Amino acid sequence: MTAASEKAPEKPSEQDDLPPVPHGHVRLTIDDRVVDAPQGELLIRTCERLGIVVPRFCDHPLLDPAGACRQCLVEVEMGGRKMPKPQASCTMTVAQDMVVNTQMTSAVADKAQQGVMELLLINHPLDCPICDKGGECPLQNQAMSSGRAESRFVEEKRTFAKPLPISDEVLLDRERCVLCQRCTRFSRQIAGDQFIELLERGAHQQIGTEETAFGEGEDFQSYFSGNTIQICPVGALTSASYRFRSRPFDLVSTPGVSEHDSSGAAVRRDWRRGAVTRVLAGEDPDVNEEWIDDKTRFAFRYAQSTTRITRPLVRGDDGELHETSWTDALEHAATALLAARDGTGPAALDADGEPPGEPKRGVGVLPGGRLTIEDAYAYAKFARVALRTNDIDARARAHSGEELDFLAAHVAGTGLGVTYADLESAPAVLTVALEVEEEAPVVFLRLRKAARTGTAVHHLGQWSSPAVVKTGGRLVRSAPGREPEALATLPDDVAAALATPGAVVLVGERAAEVPGLYAAVSDLVGRTGARVAWVPRRAGERGAVDAGALPTLLPGGRPLDDVARAQLASSWGLADETALPATPGRDGAAILRAAASGELAGLVVGGVELADLPDPVLARAALREADVVVSLEQVASEVTQYADVVLPVAPVINKSGTFRNWEGRDRRFATTIDPSGGSSGRVGGTAAITLPDCRVLDTLAVEMDVDLFTQTPEVAAAELGHLGAGRPTEIGPVRGPDGSGDADGDTAAGTDGSLRLASWRQLLDGGALLIDEPELAGTARPPKIRLSTVTARRLGLVEDAMAGLEGPRGSLHLPVELADLPDDVVWAPARVPQPGGGVVTLAGLGLTHGGPARLTGGTTTDGSSA
Amino acid sequence: MTDPLTPVLTKHWLGPESWTLRHYTELGGYEALRTALATPPDDLVALVKDSGLRGRGGAGFPTGMKWSFIPQAKLGETPTGPAAKPKYLVINADEGEPGTCKDVPLMMADPHSLIEGCIITSWAIRAHFCAIYVRGEVVHVLRRLHAAVREAYDAGHLGKDIHGSGFDLDIVVHAGAGAYICGEETALLDSLEGRRGQPRLKPPFPATAGLYAAPTVVNNVETIATVPAIVSGGKDWFRTMGRERSPGPKIYSLSGHVERPGQYEAPLGTTLRELLDLAGGMKDGIPLKFWTPGGSSTPLLTDEHLDVPLDFEGATEAGSMLGTTALMIFNETVSVPWAVMKWTEFYEHESCGKCTPCREGCYWLAGILRRMVDGEGTEADIDTLLDVCDNILGRSFCALGDGAVSPITSGIKYFRQEFVDLCTAQQRHPEVDRIVELSGASA
Repeated sequence: MTAASEKAPEKPSEQDDLPPVPHGHVRLTIDDRVVDAPQGELLIRTCERLGIVVPRFCDHPLLDPAGACRQCLVEVEMGGRKMPKPQASCTMTVAQDMVVNTQMTSAVADKAQQGVMELLLINHPLDCPICDKGGECPLQNQAMSSGRAESRFVEEKRTFAKPLPISDEVLLDRERCVLCQRCTRFSRQIAGDQFIELLERGAHQQIGTEETAFGEGEDFQSYFSGNTIQICPVGALTSASYRFRSRPFDLVSTPGVSEHDSSGAAVRRDWRRGAVTRVLAGEDPDVNEEWIDDKTRFAFRYAQSTTRITRPLVRGDDGELHETSWTDALEHAATALLAARDGTGPAALDADGEPPGEPKRGVGVLPGGRLTIEDAYAYAKFARVALRTNDIDARARAHSGEELDFLAAHVAGTGLGVTYADLESAPAVLTVALEVEEEAPVVFLRLRKAARTGTAVHHLGQWSSPAVVKTGGRLVRSAPGREPEALATLPDDVAAALATPGAVVLVGERAAEVPGLYAAVSDLVGRTGARVAWVPRRAGERGAVDAGALPTLLPGGRPLDDVARAQLASSWGLADETALPATPGRDGAAILRAAASGELAGLVVGGVELADLPDPVLARAALREADVVVSLEQVASEVTQYADVVLPVAPVINKSGTFRNWEGRDRRFATTIDPSGGSSGRVGGTAAITLPDCRVLDTLAVEMDVDLFTQTPEVAAAELGHLGAGRPTEIGPVRGPDGSGDADGDTAAGTDGSLRLASWRQLLDGGALLIDEPELAGTARPPKIRLSTVTARRLGLVEDAMAGLEGPRGSLHLPVELADLPDDVVWAPARVPQPGGGVVTLAGLGLTHGGPARLTGGTTTDGSSA
Repeated sequence: MTDPLTPVLTKHWLGPESWTLRHYTELGGYEALRTALATPPDDLVALVKDSGLRGRGGAGFPTGMKWSFIPQAKLGETPTGPAAKPKYLVINADEGEPGTCKDVPLMMADPHSLIEGCIITSWAIRAHFCAIYVRGEVVHVLRRLHAAVREAYDAGHLGKDIHGSGFDLDIVVHAGAGAYICGEETALLDSLEGRRGQPRLKPPFPATAGLYAAPTVVNNVETIATVPAIVSGGKDWFRTMGRERSPGPKIYSLSGHVERPGQYEAPLGTTLRELLDLAGGMKDGIPLKFWTPGGSSTPLLTDEHLDVPLDFEGATEAGSMLGTTALMIFNETVSVPWAVMKWTEFYEHESCGKCTPCREGCYWLAGILRRMVDGEGTEADIDTLLDVCDNILGRSFCALGDGAVSPITSGIKYFRQEFVDLCTAQQRHPEVDRIVELSGASA
């Protein structure tokens, strides 16, 4: 606020007393108050800063001005002369010595606003009592402040058929629409999805899609469509999942943080009677501004799902899981884990009752990537202190030792690094192994914003995906698996752009799928001086790195060296400063191999979907072979089938905690619905008092005679904060794979009809948190197999034909779409939900990004005929 | 009285096959182009500025001044910003105003005067691309313009290195898709770019960010067709016609109840009385009741205004606007409320929908007027009409809304009694009583 004076500038002498106008500012008068405003500021913003609310509909601070609704008219005087017409304060910028009179001081402005309001209402239905927006409607509110009680309109209102679904998730009521164009402007400007547009003209003007205009065609296929519902100033756009569910004034609104990705996006959860009814974007200019993706917005019913586990379960002698008390369950789990840890369990005997050579010994921990940093810390500490092992890996996805090196060198304990604002101001950005719209949608929005103001966005990938197109990006095309070479031989101009100060490289977790890629990224940023940020998919990944839920890293990014272990042991109050395990732990795949082969006796598994793992078959074998499997879960999953003890844990709405987002920014949130609070926390009619993982682990540890001191997220966070970062000064290089780095040199794609596979996950692909959301699932991008025209012709495939992607363990049939891929490369989504439920993953088929694949279904099978 | 007609633009119209290049050239066509190409562009801009030529599309903006707003590279400097971009000339031939019918006959009878004007103007503003945006409904005009442009290419007036001057110019004739709003210059530019035709936010103005966000001059057909004559005749000759601030000849389009409706080219400042003389007087001698000086968007005038000089100042002083000098003339048999209703229905149909006042207001106004003409209006409706007009005028995004209320406010101003007479049968609309009763608002 830079109001220079609250006094009316009647006498020049008072003006003389005012301080000089700050640089880059102008001084003007609004409603008799003198104010300094930055040059270029819109009048309506200056009024806001003075606390003068000018009514408006089309104006939105994050959208380019439109001046369409004309609700914000004010009187303006320039150079001592009143402008003949009232001006739209949402489009006019401030100027030196301008005199502005809003409706507060000008009868003309007031009448103009009243007039526009009356006109807005003539064709607006009087259905506020049944409208979702009723109670939080800018039209309703401003009709009260700037409207007349009686209408002079006696003609017939214009009517439309309604509601009109413009996607599975968004419904349009054209009668309520005031045509402010916020939705179309958002879609065009912010999301880059021009699926909705104005149609017709005059009083028949309406919002529509190709489908509504022509009866067939594209509907509102945007990952960001829900934002239009939120910014709609009337009840014209409503959510299919929220429609008629509640009234805004009956809801409790609690701020929260997105649990669906690593964005750290602020959200607002509206709930009543123990259940969330909707999720809205929260406002945080530093992070998500006011936008979230549809997954974050619409996927919240999992917490109210009937598959929620609300009571501890223990597998009985009958082989079935039975509900039991916490005391019983914890005792069971503790006893079994202690035996497994020490190799004294019953299964130390083989099937014949004979003692085998080596007893099974040790417990591996797979916490999963969706944890808060407090919970991840509890897992990290539980593994080291209670299980006395470094066999812990939160990466429930493709991973590698090279990635651990990379994380140690560039991520762990580095604190706040590259930020959203840095992306916006970066001269150039390169994304590597990151399909930004699918894997980090909020980052995508910021990259698009950056691109609009001049940032050159480069994408290392295989084809001009929507994200490439919508960020005005340039594709650095590489064969899958050849990305390291592509980075080593970047075009000169791209390399030069990355050498510009402020340039950023964003690397996704999929870099672990390509041997040598993390090393190549590390080399690239070393060579160019670009800053690097790691953008994983899941909300808990970054926190898990910093909390030490990895086999080679201790909390705070500490290495496993003696100094760090001693320091930790002392901080944790352990008597023996060598008490912490020194051996580097097994990574996720090695833990599963060890369990499957009978080396490890037990597994503690958090929120892990087996289908997400690089080798689901191995994972199932490991769970089967392990003597003891303790599962901490919110909903019944595949792991539950193998678990000996299942301990229910709280979903994000029932706990507090912190997601450390990809920037390294701590996104703390309070409990949305307190499960101990009376009727709240009900699931399917029964009270569901579930506890956060850190609390469950703390109690379990106590049963094992160890104290974790993570009873609450707050305590855990305090301890982790107290530990601080412990990055070593010397950090080792990121070691690529041995040899040439060409891991798949044996598969010369094309010559034998085989292809190289490229793949990544789509945003909406039947993930565990998307259950019970049919409307959201209806907006998923249809999974397709993509090929170049040349390759398709060689294989005898045409667009929309069904093709079968063959892997060692099965095949996946999808329609073909032609795209600008390199020849002899096939792209397919990594995970495809099946109509009858369940998913097919490429990993499950034994296929990997960069590896060989075969396609069937073409009219020719012999590539040489082309 | 000397001959009041000053055929400059219409000089060729009655010739045999006047639209052909041969005919145009035989009468001295494209001579001005050769003169212009030998003249430095800045001098041409100055010439047009000094001639006092004002835009013929309705607003009367000084043409030379508009051209001079185009940012040009300074000699010896590397241009930056808008000056570094290509420049464009766009001809607004989207003649759609009710009553206006000057550009269509001009392009039919003498398309080459427009094309020659385009080339000279493009040279003056350093444009190498010119688009003529023609109202899509007039297919015959489109055909003729296409043929004329082809002839001009064949004759070397268009294309690369025109007449060895080193100057390149391409002209594209573009057909609109039938929206009145596309006569608004920024909506026209959006439409020309392939977007939905709705007016743009200004600033930036077309002179800095017009077509494809590059500096653009948008001029009316008649304006540009006048340019060759100015180049040939000079500014002093041009100023011998018309009045000090509104010099030059103008095509007056007389329609309605006159004996000989049609195009009458006369100096600016000619009065309706003089024009009626030329047109043989009122049809069948039935007296004049009301008329528009420049299309339906200009407030109507009455027989009191027969001696108003029809130039930009004169029309404004009389409380109207010169507009497009489309004089629609109505005799005593015509009901003002009916005529106003028909005009308002046009604006209701053509409002683009972008802004609230015009979109909703025109819908409402048309509804009230229809009801009044049906004999179901009340005197309160007249006040409502005027108040709604007040809420549209100057509150809309572009001038369409302002134009839409002109017939209503001027009609009631001069002929209020006619509106009142329509309402005498109905003291109050029954629906109003019902609503008041239901809402309890009368309490």
